[in-house]
Formats: sequence, structure tokens, C-alpha cells
Amino acid sequence: MLYVIQTALELGFMYALVAMALFLSYRILDIADLTTDSGFVLGAAVSVVVAAAGHPFLAVFAAIFAGACAGFVTAFLQTRLGVPSILAGIVTNTGLYTVNLMVMGWSSNVSLLKQATLFTMLRDTGIGGSWYKLILAAGVTVLAGVLLVWFLGTRLGLSIRATGDNTDMVRASSVNPVFTVTVGLCVSNALTALSGAVVGQYQKSADINSGTGIVVIGLACLIIGETVIGRRNIAVNAAAAVAGSIIYRFIYAVILKTSVVPIECLKLVTAVVVALAIASPALKEWGALKKRKMGAQQKGGR
Amino acid sequence: MLRLENIKKTFNPGTVNEKCAIRNLSLHLAPGDFATVIGSNGAGKSTMFGAIAGSFFADEGTIILDGEDITFTQEYKRSRVIGRLFQDPLKGTAPHMTIEENLALAFLRASTGTVPFSRISKKDKELFREQLQLLDMGLEDRMKQPVGLLSGGQRQALTLLMATMVPPKLLLLDEHTAALDPATADKVLELTKKIIAKNHTTCLMVTHNMQQALELGNRTLMMDDGKIVLDVRGKERADMSVSDLLERFRTGAGKDLDNDRILLSMEG
Repeated sequence: MLYVIQTALELGFMYALVAMALFLSYRILDIADLTTDSGFVLGAAVSVVVAAAGHPFLAVFAAIFAGACAGFVTAFLQTRLGVPSILAGIVTNTGLYTVNLMVMGWSSNVSLLKQATLFTMLRDTGIGGSWYKLILAAGVTVLAGVLLVWFLGTRLGLSIRATGDNTDMVRASSVNPVFTVTVGLCVSNALTALSGAVVGQYQKSADINSGTGIVVIGLACLIIGETVIGRRNIAVNAAAAVAGSIIYRFIYAVILKTSVVPIECLKLVTAVVVALAIASPALKEWGALKKRKMGAQQKGGR
Repeated sequence: MLRLENIKKTFNPGTVNEKCAIRNLSLHLAPGDFATVIGSNGAGKSTMFGAIAGSFFADEGTIILDGEDITFTQEYKRSRVIGRLFQDPLKGTAPHMTIEENLALAFLRASTGTVPFSRISKKDKELFREQLQLLDMGLEDRMKQPVGLLSGGQRQALTLLMATMVPPKLLLLDEHTAALDPATADKVLELTKKIIAKNHTTCLMVTHNMQQALELGNRTLMMDDGKIVLDVRGKERADMSVSDLLERFRTGAGKDLDNDRILLSMEG
């Protein structure tokens, strides 16, 4: 039982970085960035390959850099070349599939055998006992979250937030929206890749299909978190992304243990939850209108 | 201060919707000039503003601001020295960000090469508070609230403050009080006058109120069919009545002034 809770917390913290990335791209910049799926795999692939070469620390920074590059390509397509934002993400996502295979030496998965990872290095120091994995996962995520919140409070961060809120106003404040969108997408994809990098070293492997559907799962986490914690300010929102991700992993664990829902159906359930959550304002409005119509009919006696 | 030379702009060229919005438009504003702009629907007033602010590049002609050729300067770079207000009070502010954060963004214009990672300082906050007090709307006590909670008039006043906190070389006002209720419109207009007088800002202001067009500022420009057809100032302007203005328009443009909102505001 403890093991299940521990694993759920570990995965929750690691995947929370994706939810945080989506908070930046989807909530703040108002861009549905579909680069995420392959960006996650890219992070994992780079991380595992570099760690296999004996540099687990460098691996994480290499993955972050690779993710930022992927974000840059998406941003370049949509800001400079006029590709619609959704399509720009899909195009980059498709192209990255090949890049990911290339990174993994044209194989669909790579594994770490005896090589050191950040996790084994922490274990060997003896810090945290059997909780070392959780300490590392939580540490990385909390650090990234704090940095993100700090960044969004700087002048550059404010400009990025305003870009998603009112582009006209940003231009009138002498800020170039092309630049802010580019920086925003680079940072969000760097976060996604960081998630992939940590997960890759955690699982000691990277798989070409490990990112499938991660953008929807990330959104689900974000929405769950926002429902539970709220959306008062940036710091609360970042915390909500983490909380949502942990809750999601607990639900996942419960389903896995009890088989209330067959585990094969989990992606469908996740997709339905996300669709419903995003559709809820429209559904509420429709419901209110129905009610109003019914009321009017009764009054009119027709 | 501002010199437009033979500006031309055609929208949707080569299609059935082709529309030559401004043609051979030339204008010279001296430093400190405050000109009101009136004209029929589709006369090219907003297009002229767009050309000056850089929302698009002019097809022909040159634009010179304070001795610098800005014809092909990008909009976001021009906004460093050009402040602009629209009719829609929602256009100038970011609704989900606080008053303080909005002001901090506007304040970016002041700073050439500030560190992008710097934060809003205590000193900045003091300055914002002082500036907000000038509006006399109690906004200085609501600096942590999102701008989306403010009324249209408050948002427009805030936008005015944001556009002028760092005095621009040129201020473009595109019917910025037209969407507000009369009392609020008066207040925003008073603020506008005060700020322009204080900074001696060169200013262009579109209005549909003929009385206002003659009273405010030191010049009145009339536009029709993409050109300036009338430019009055000095004694001629001081002696002019609204009906004189309409008459002059008729002789200048060869037709009656046709703007669906102008008549309403004359009655009122």
C-alpha cells in the first residue's frame, strides 16, 4: 500500500512539469501546443542517451535545451511563417518523431543498464532512505515551479502573460508579441522535456511511444488541480498543476489496483474528462438557456 | 513633429473588395499641435491612425516622426514614442492582470534596455500610486485587483494613463470617449486635456462631436475620401461655428458631411 502511494506521488510530481508547461502555453499564452507529446519523448530520449554516456546531470540540461529548441520551431512556424498555432504544433510533433528515433540511434527504445542516473546517485548518498526517489522528483518539480512563478513576475514574464491576455495592448507597450510567444513556447517545451528527462532516468528507459496522449493527460491534471485548488494567482495556479497531477496519479493507481475501469480504457476516460471539463462553460450556458425557455413556456401557458 | 507625405493605402488590392482607404495624404503637425479630426464614415480617419501607428505599412509615401523616418518601423517599436487609444475601452488593457501589472507593462516603454528579469520595484509602485491618484477614481487603492473588474470608463482612464505615463512624442486618440456614458466621457476628456496641456503633447484626436472638434486643441482637420479636405487653425478657427464648418466641408468635398453619429451629437 505504502509502495503504491509512494509511486503515485513520485509520478505525480514528475508529470506535474507537463501540467505546468501546459499552464504556461494553454492558460497563459492561450495556445494549444501539440508539440507536447513528442517534446516529452524528446526529453526522455536525450536524457537517457546522455546518461548512458555517463553524464546524468548534463543529460537533464541537454533535454531542457532540446525541448526549448522544439518549442522554438513551433513558435517560429506560427509567429514568422503564419502557420496556425494548432497546426504548427502538429507539424513539429510529427517531425520530432523522426528526430526522437534518431536520438535513440534509430531504435524505438533505449535503456540504461548499470549506468548512474540522478536517482541512483541520490540513493548512493543515502539521503532520504527509501524516499529518495520522491525527494528527487518533488525537488525538481518544486524548484521548476518556483522558478516559473518567479519568471512570470519579471518584466519579461509580465509581457508574456499580457500577450495571451491582450495582444494589442502588448504591442502598444513596445513589446514584440513574436518575441514573447517564442520565449513562452521555448520555456513551456523546456518544462515538458524536463519532465521527460526525469521520467526517463526514473524508468531507466525511453520509448518512442511514451508521450502518446501526454498533452491530454497534462490538461486533465491542470483542470483537476484548478477545480480543487482554484485559480487565484500565478503561484496558486502553479501549485494547482502539481496537485492536479498528483491527484490524477492517485486515481490512476486506484483504477490500476481495483480495476473499476479496465486499465486499457484509461486514455478514453481521460479524454472524456478533459472534453467535459473544457466544455463545461458551454454546457452550463446551454442548460441555463433550456431552463429559461422552459420557464417562459410555463408562464406563457403554451 | 509629424510629417506624412503622400501616404497611400489600398486594402485587399486586386480583389472585388479593393478599397483605397487613403490616397495622397499629406499632413504636417508642429510640436505641441493638438488637432481634432472629423470626417464621414469611411473617410480614412482610422486608416490614417493605423498608418501612423504602424498597424500596417503604407503602400506609398513616407512618415517622419521627430525627424526620424518611421515608414517601415514595426508597430511595437513605434509604440515606444506613439501612444494610442481606441474607442473600445477593452482594447488597451489586459483584463486578467492587475492594475499594477498593467501599469508596469506600460512603463516598459520608458526603459531602454532594462533587464528583462527585473521585477516591479517599490519605487515603481509609488510612482504608479501617484499617477493613479491623478485619475481621482480611487484606483490607487485597488492596485492588486485585475483590470477586468473595472468599468469601461475606469479602464479607458487607465489606458490613457498607460499611454501617457511616459510622455509619448505623439498621442493618437481614436474617438476614445465615444463608447462611454456622458458623465464618464466628460471626465476622461478633462483628464485628456489636462495631461496634454501638462506635457505639451503633440496630439491627433478623432471625434464625431463637431462642437468638440472646434473647441479642443488648436487645429481642426476634416477628412473625406482618404484625403484631408480642410485644415483650419488660428483666428479663422476661433471665429468658426459648427454650421460654418459644415458649409466649408461642403465646398471642400463637394458633398454633405455624412456620418451617422455626427447629427446625434449636435442635437445633444
